[in-house]
Amino acid sequence: MGLQAYLTLAAVLFAIGLFGVVTRRNAIGILLGIELMLNAVNINLVAFARFWGDTAGMIFTLFTISITVAEVALGLALVILIFRVKRTVIADHLDILRG
Amino acid sequence: MSLEPITFWGLAALLLASALAVVLTKNLFHSVLYLALSLTATAGIFLSLDAEFLAAVQLLLYAGGVVTIVVFAIVVTERLVGDRITQTSRQLVNGFVVAGALLVAVLIFIRSGPLPAARPGVTGDLTAAIGLMLLTRYVLPFELLAVLFVAALLGAIYFARPDE
Repeated sequence: MGLQAYLTLAAVLFAIGLFGVVTRRNAIGILLGIELMLNAVNINLVAFARFWGDTAGMIFTLFTISITVAEVALGLALVILIFRVKRTVIADHLDILRG
Repeated sequence: MSLEPITFWGLAALLLASALAVVLTKNLFHSVLYLALSLTATAGIFLSLDAEFLAAVQLLLYAGGVVTIVVFAIVVTERLVGDRITQTSRQLVNGFVVAGALLVAVLIFIRSGPLPAARPGVTGDLTAAIGLMLLTRYVLPFELLAVLFVAALLGAIYFARPDE
């Protein structure tokens, strides 16, 4: 398979993730969409690294995977904190910062 | 016909179908299970790109770690059975237009550039090469990653502390 096939697959996956982020109302659902988008980026990085024979892309993938895990842990901690305060995780109902 | 295109298209179909299920299914818990499936399929894609180490990391950190954390969050914020776990989506048309427009733009961009159709042969052990580069050329970002993890750990503990 050529590089184009991998890039196309990643682009479709990214679009699906974006669709999820835009349409989901539950904060956890939005986080799942972000996960899909980051996965698409990882596929791109690994594909470029493999087809250009440069290991640096795989190192970057290692970093993005690690940072994503930290991001998800913090994001879900925030979601749980918001749930304790507001008793909801629906993004539309969160207006704490409204003046 | 070699085995490689079959593997790729099978994994791609599995990945895209489970990704669609993640964003479309009503039950939030099922969403997470489909996410685990799509993350595993991504690990398969990594394997097809000869990145065995990254496939293992993907399975351990994503399909193992992230899915567990998300299930915990759902257990805390929703009931696992019953009405509350169903989630609704809004602005389906807008989301479709935004995602579709982005997809078309990216696809046009991908088609415009000259891209290699064949991959160079694997020279040596990729896992060993990754480990070597991680501890020589990229050692500073690697150490900074440890700082980030400490910060994330402290932040998560701070957020999750019991009420005074």
